[in-house]
Amino acid sequence: MTATQTATQTIETKASPAPFVGRAMPRVEDAALLTGVARYADDLPVKPGTLHAAILRSPHAHADLLGIDTAAALAVPGVAAVVTGADAQRHASAFLVGVRAPMEHWCLAIDRVRHVGEPVAVVLADSRYLAEDALDRIEVRYRPLPPVTSIALALEEGSEPLHPAVGSNLVNSRRFRYGDPEAAFARAARTVSVEVEYPRNSCTPMECFVVLADYDAAEDSYEVLSNFSGPFAVHPVMARALKVPGSRLRLKTPPHSGGSFGNKQAVFPYVVLMGLCARVAGRPVKWVEDRLEHLMAATSATARRMRIDAAVEPDGRVLALRMEQTEDCGAYLRAPEPASLYRNHGNLTGAYDIPNLAVSNRIVVTNKTPTGLNRGFGGGQLYYGLERLMNRVAAELGLDPLDVIRRNLVAADAMPYRTASGGTLDSGDYRATLEQAVREGALDTLKARRDALRAEGRLYGIGYAAVVEPSISNMGYITTVLTAEERHKAGPKNGAQATASVAVDPTGGVSVTVASAPQGQGHRTVLAQVVADVFGLRFEDIRVNTDLDTGKDAWSIASGNYSSRFAGAVAGAAQVAATRLRGRMAALVAGPLNCRVEDVRFAGGKVFSDANPDNSLSFSRVAAAGHWAPGTLPDGQEAALRETAFWTPEPLKAPTDADHINSSACYGFIFDFCGVEIDRTTGALRIDRYVTMHDAGRLLNPLLVEGQILGGFAHAVGTALYEEYAYGDDGRFLSGTFADYLVPTACEVPVPVILHRESPSPVTPLGAKGVGEGNCMSTPVCLANAVADALSGIAVDEVPSLPITPAKLAALIHPPEPPRPASAAGSGETSPPAAVKGGRGLTGEGSREVPATPEQVWAILLDPKELAALLPGCEALDLVGPNAYRAEVVVGIGPVRGRYTAEVALSDLDPPNALTLTGSGSSALGTGRGTGHVRLERTAGGTRVTYRYSAEVGGKVAAVGGRMLDSASRLLIGQFFEKLVARAGGPAARPETPSLLARLLRLLGLNR
Amino acid sequence: MPPLTSTSALTAETRHAVSIVLNGTPRTGHAHPRLLLSDFLRHELGAHGTRVGCEHGVCGACTVRIEGVAQRACLTLAVQADGRRIDTVEGLAQANGGRMTALQEAFRRHHALQCGFCTAGILMSLTDYLDRNPKPTEEELRDMLSGHLCRCTGYAGIVRAVMEVTGQTMKEVAHV
Amino acid sequence: MKPASFDYLRPATVADALAALAAGGDDARVIAGGQSLMPMLNMRLVQPRLLIDLGRLEELRTLRVEDGWLSVGAAVTQAEVLARRTLAQEVPLLAAALPWVGHFQTRNRGTLCGSVAHADPSAETPLCLVATGGEVVLRNLRRRRTVAAADFFLGPLTTVKAADEIVECIRFPLARPGSGHAFREQSMRHGDFAIAACAATVDGERASLAVGGVADRPTTRSWPLVAGGLPPDLDDALNAFAWDLGGDDDQHATARYRRDLVRRIGRTVLEEALSCRR
Ligand SMILES: Cc1cc2nc3c(=O)[nH]c(=O)nc-3n(C[C@@H](O)[C@H](O)[C@H](O)COP(=O)(O)OP(=O)(O)OC[C@H]3O[C@@H](n4cnc5c(N)ncnc54)[C@H](O)[C@@H]3O)c2cc1C
Ligand code: FES
Ligand code: FES
Repeated sequence: MTATQTATQTIETKASPAPFVGRAMPRVEDAALLTGVARYADDLPVKPGTLHAAILRSPHAHADLLGIDTAAALAVPGVAAVVTGADAQRHASAFLVGVRAPMEHWCLAIDRVRHVGEPVAVVLADSRYLAEDALDRIEVRYRPLPPVTSIALALEEGSEPLHPAVGSNLVNSRRFRYGDPEAAFARAARTVSVEVEYPRNSCTPMECFVVLADYDAAEDSYEVLSNFSGPFAVHPVMARALKVPGSRLRLKTPPHSGGSFGNKQAVFPYVVLMGLCARVAGRPVKWVEDRLEHLMAATSATARRMRIDAAVEPDGRVLALRMEQTEDCGAYLRAPEPASLYRNHGNLTGAYDIPNLAVSNRIVVTNKTPTGLNRGFGGGQLYYGLERLMNRVAAELGLDPLDVIRRNLVAADAMPYRTASGGTLDSGDYRATLEQAVREGALDTLKARRDALRAEGRLYGIGYAAVVEPSISNMGYITTVLTAEERHKAGPKNGAQATASVAVDPTGGVSVTVASAPQGQGHRTVLAQVVADVFGLRFEDIRVNTDLDTGKDAWSIASGNYSSRFAGAVAGAAQVAATRLRGRMAALVAGPLNCRVEDVRFAGGKVFSDANPDNSLSFSRVAAAGHWAPGTLPDGQEAALRETAFWTPEPLKAPTDADHINSSACYGFIFDFCGVEIDRTTGALRIDRYVTMHDAGRLLNPLLVEGQILGGFAHAVGTALYEEYAYGDDGRFLSGTFADYLVPTACEVPVPVILHRESPSPVTPLGAKGVGEGNCMSTPVCLANAVADALSGIAVDEVPSLPITPAKLAALIHPPEPPRPASAAGSGETSPPAAVKGGRGLTGEGSREVPATPEQVWAILLDPKELAALLPGCEALDLVGPNAYRAEVVVGIGPVRGRYTAEVALSDLDPPNALTLTGSGSSALGTGRGTGHVRLERTAGGTRVTYRYSAEVGGKVAAVGGRMLDSASRLLIGQFFEKLVARAGGPAARPETPSLLARLLRLLGLNR
Repeated sequence: MPPLTSTSALTAETRHAVSIVLNGTPRTGHAHPRLLLSDFLRHELGAHGTRVGCEHGVCGACTVRIEGVAQRACLTLAVQADGRRIDTVEGLAQANGGRMTALQEAFRRHHALQCGFCTAGILMSLTDYLDRNPKPTEEELRDMLSGHLCRCTGYAGIVRAVMEVTGQTMKEVAHV
Repeated sequence: MKPASFDYLRPATVADALAALAAGGDDARVIAGGQSLMPMLNMRLVQPRLLIDLGRLEELRTLRVEDGWLSVGAAVTQAEVLARRTLAQEVPLLAAALPWVGHFQTRNRGTLCGSVAHADPSAETPLCLVATGGEVVLRNLRRRRTVAAADFFLGPLTTVKAADEIVECIRFPLARPGSGHAFREQSMRHGDFAIAACAATVDGERASLAVGGVADRPTTRSWPLVAGGLPPDLDDALNAFAWDLGGDDDQHATARYRRDLVRRIGRTVLEEALSCRR
């Protein structure tokens, strides 16, 4: 990495050695973390009598909630209470929603569940183990509703509305027009378009959510400790839901937190839920989210469908953009959504000088986990479309993609540059930065390498991406979703208030307190650097506290850890506070030092006059005076050696009536390029070289900046190539474990070349901008552009959807599949049930010949006793109506078994030719539904039994067993028909696998 | 381990005494048969330096050394650990006269950790692994590290730290 | 995510373990390395009443060559087998495939027999056992029986092992002089279960290919060599094999991709096996 030398104009430490700011200081956090003594939320002591919570979650994507029976659960020894939606209605209220639409979101489902994993009830018991025991005893009755599982489906006229009062799954639309896009499109030489979809994924911190909650009935107040990361704008949301003023929800954060990347914002509904639980149980409550819960139901980035048209000139200059964005926010618009869609509103045109812009933004709800903060927040989605578009412009015009980028970048002399939609790009020389990256990152060598490898017949491509990385969000940007009139009614929202307190104690010890809720980024280290420089003290003289208590510490709605606001805003606020305090100390000693206040200097642990450095006082002496002798101060001077600064970036105004919004205070610039190779045999993609150039303003600690870039890059590699929260067409969730949700390991993440340039921000006190999110915005699309280049000879500018998996690439590079040879299975007497992936769940079919008449087979199917014997694991079968049964079945494969109460029915009876068999049931393991159509045809030797089936499995087994789900379902369904055949006297086994006989005997219980 | 001499049956409802040698010190706690070793260490013995990130064996945060061998505490029952020597992250500096080991120091220098949640497990794997393979190639090292998930660092600092401790340097860029 | 309640038995002898297993029936479960069972217990997918721990049984800690077989006992870990210096000569396929099983940390605990008993269709150890023509030695209180690996696996997590039996050991035939072996797999990430794994053996006049991760169990097919080389219509034969294996779509890969891998990696490993005959 390039070294960083920036003059520290703002800090007067003339006599001291080089300042700490800008230096790669190792972190003060590390000793505790490396030796294991660090305390995360789950390591903190709990109050005596604390109950442990386990949450019952919906196995259904969409269903009416008909009733909950908690009696059996309450009877489990050690269980103190079971909390349901009825309790929530009694003591809490629904969460505030960010758009004007009648949508209710509660901390527990009330009368409907809208995504797999939605909390339905909470068991409170003496231990988590006991609480989970009782979960299995709660009986919930659901009536499944048609699930809405994609943006396309949500937009369909007839899709089942998730929130009936809204009447539609399209819950918000807004159009924006900046400049004169119509004229530009009319004038332009041509229009180039892309359509892309961005999938659901998440940065999944290694530590899950933790909440410790207590309720004080005497004071009607809640005290909660949680690894919540902010924004504290949702503190009022939590307080409102608990029906108390903010002062009666005292929220604390632990000293250490195991990562967030935005995700821990989404713990807030559980803060409310556990507060409610503590109130109902009358005892403190602790809940530790487990990984299954986290993956299934914590939070997700939004999925976005995007179409962009560009009005382009023959040289690649883009005159105007037309953007249509449709955002999938999941089942509820949970605060601060729909922020994902609006966070980048001021920088929709990216790093480009594009004066004309038309935008159509739509927000839909689907039966999936609600979305929320996630590293890159909306940027990955935006730039995936925008940078694919720039690549497409080059492809269609036959230009070098790099030239198209160059031609459109905002010029240095245009800074600060006002974007079409109202953003103010604050500083930077984008073109020079790009050229520096091309040079220092050795693009020429990479191109030569591509040519050489291509000559060998290998699939190699180079991709580019240029983005601006917004940081320090304007608290008002979200209101861009409202119309100007709605905003007028609601009152203005703007700014991004950061707070920091600096105190000097009587021994001269300096402590800094901030409300930045760090999640591992090393805030304490950077703050110690900043404040040590201000006071001319040693790095180790500064103590920084970052655990927060909303009952005591200074905070505001913008507090917290998100939108890369730390370096620019929080470190800046600390510098402001420290500088003010230093000024006050200077006033204290100007008299004794016999000099003017302006001439007092702080350096090397001493305080002295600029004119006479030898006559100095020690820092601690001055501190002591401030505490012991406040009366000696000149009149009107305050002695308090504590200073709290509230700092908000000047340029962050509320949206204008014309919907112009400067959505962030600073904008860094990133230019990336990379080379990738695709293996012709397997479709596997290898990142051969990745160069990432950052201009993040002034770098406060290069070591930590590099750490942020490497971490963001790793997330982006996951997004691009591995990670997806996958759902079945029936809404079942498929990525419930870390073996299904694929976080890249040390073998998948290469080391990128990191380059820097520093254009200090004129907006922030220290000139720093945010740096942690950029690669989540630039890298997925840079890799996708490289894939497009690698495939250029094969598929013209076609890139598979994210994540770009080997299977998807193979489908593009491999020739059409050779057909199934005539001799392969399917011939002969029997055909094994072949799986066909249908629209929903698993479908399959098979047929067998049996030596019995159709009437005999029919009689078997209609005889309850026989049916009981055919159903796998059936222990009891009761007739509940004409041809309708309730069955107790224990089904599963191998040791994985669940007890289901199943509804089984025979319908479409056409004796003795055809019938339909349906069954559905649920258990603690999940839900199952299946339909089988059976046809009986008379043949010379008896009857040909033909069956077609479809099956859906949901809930836990689907979430954790995806890999084996189909073959397991097929095995079970196969068992049913094998048994039918056996009962009807047919050959018990497929001839080619003798071992099947053994299996059948075992299944029939004949070998025990 | 000496072979067992008699069959022992532990009933589900009872908390049974479990004695281990934790970082060199004999410790006894009580556990139902189903209690996970990770929970036993953290909540029964108060050795919370071992972290829990998935409870299904993939993330590696809970990795401890049992009889010197790195393994998942979340895939081990406390009763299975009875009578065994268990080493956790707290023991590393303890065994080094209270000062951080060279590996820990290298982690700090190379910014091999951010939130630190994955760190304890990685250190415990590494101490076992480097005992067996003192000078791994970068490829071998990354192969071993694939048993750990870190969401913060992108692994570069971790690899750099280990390469330095083993007297080597990391490949900075894939092909150049 | 915590296991349901169970009694725990640490038997001192295999006989005790088998007696307990016979008494417990379907409600009892043995645990070896726990690397597959513990996650299922933690997720409450499996809820036995009694857990019988084989881990400390010295009788099952056998790893030796006898009568032309490498015999691996039920308490032997993947790491211990990998550390065997002569493994690459004895069972070269296993030496090539074992490093693909999970990770350093899980191999320190997981056993080969446990993997075979567990019968994950993508697991490498069952694949090697089928590919080499190995055997599974099953034992209950009354008797010991040996089942050919090809007959042992019935489907996902489903085998011919009865509830009262344990896998006492598995036996791999030693590689014959002049035979060649190759193994490759494609997975999403390093250490993941295979999307498709291919193990090839060329021995005497036949070439065989065993595939894991595609069908619901490891499956093998063989062809006669033609003039000392692979059959000229190998592509067609591999295509037929791929289609017969079937395979399913899941969220990471399609059935078609799996068949593609069988056709392509299948050929690669067969060629490698042919060229590395010793
Ligand atoms: C993160 C991770 C990644 C993994 N990746 C892979 C991989 O890529 N490939 C792979 O093949 N495996 C993988 N595994 C699983 C592998 O590590 C297991 O070791 C193996 O599947 C089971 O062996 P075990 O000794 O741990 O068995 P256990 O988990 O103890 O038991 C598994 C099942 O077999 C039964 N059983 C065990 N031993 C016997 C016996 N002797 N007789 C009768 N029944 C018995 C048990 O009752 C149980 O039902 C992975 C595991 C983890 C945690
Ligand atoms: S907690 Fe044990 S491996 Fe993740
Ligand atoms: S340092 Fe946070 S997960 Fe590794």
